[in-house]
Amino acid sequence: MGILDLRLEKSNVVVTSLDNLLNWARLSSLWQMQFGLACCAIEMMAASASNFDIMRFGVIPRATPRQTDVMIVAGTVTIKMASRIKRLYDQMAEPRYVLSMGSCSNCGGPYWEHGYHVLKGVDRVIPVDVYIPGCPPRPEALLEGIMKLQEKVRQESIAKKSA
Amino acid sequence: MTAQELLDTLSSRFGSAILESKLDVNQPWIKIDGNRAREICLFLRNEPSTRFDYLMCLSGVDYNDGTLGVVYHCSSMEHKHKIVLKAICSKDNPHCQSVSAVWGTANWHEREAFDMFGIIFDGHPDLRRILLPDDWEGHPLRKDYKVQEFYRGIRVPY
Repeated sequence: MGILDLRLEKSNVVVTSLDNLLNWARLSSLWQMQFGLACCAIEMMAASASNFDIMRFGVIPRATPRQTDVMIVAGTVTIKMASRIKRLYDQMAEPRYVLSMGSCSNCGGPYWEHGYHVLKGVDRVIPVDVYIPGCPPRPEALLEGIMKLQEKVRQESIAKKSA
Repeated sequence: MTAQELLDTLSSRFGSAILESKLDVNQPWIKIDGNRAREICLFLRNEPSTRFDYLMCLSGVDYNDGTLGVVYHCSSMEHKHKIVLKAICSKDNPHCQSVSAVWGTANWHEREAFDMFGIIFDGHPDLRRILLPDDWEGHPLRKDYKVQEFYRGIRVPY
């Protein structure tokens, strides 16, 4: 049961657990880091536009890692770019999440065999929470990925660290 | 100017630096000595009857027989004629003269050919890698290229 489903009495008091409250707050405002690496970024932009409107999930693009909760790795991560990705991830405040969008950042994609310059999966440099398959994934798939991440956040507890 | 006239002009002026040619093809080409590439290109650019003022492309080639090559696609805005020049160097000692002083375009193209094939352009003002990181090992477009196992602790192969 969601926190808003609880009936508000006259005294405006809601009783819930701290975990529930924090998780609800976090999953409702997953601000994303505003950057794209390849063609997946075009689909990510489409997901931000009015037809798909990713902002209804509370996903707002921010241009600095200090203000973001989720990094959507949208596109081909070259080995030259990998150290920059790692650095941006390190600059994000915890709790932080990573969404790997598309085949390239999942496992190297079409470059898996002959792409000497492509990182074979962004999970070689940073931990990934949700993988979205597709080449590139449609905006609906990105929305599904966001919802999967929200489910994950909903299960968290401040008492024990998540993996 | 036809390709044959161009070849005659070059042969009479540079003699032994003109090695080979094939003119009865869509894009006629003339093979030149890479260690004299600069003076030949400078002549082609400055001579009023040729005036190759535009380098369309400069590429590297690995012929897979122990030799590397540099291919110049030249064009003239004034005379509307084109020619392809080819320079050959051995893989063991891959040196070729830079033409970046003749055509500014060649600067980055030569850096790319250096990055991908390891061809060293003598006289280039700033011969660094242009695409790959500076501390990368090897030159990826060579036929015998083997990718490195690790780059700064990151595993490279799949």
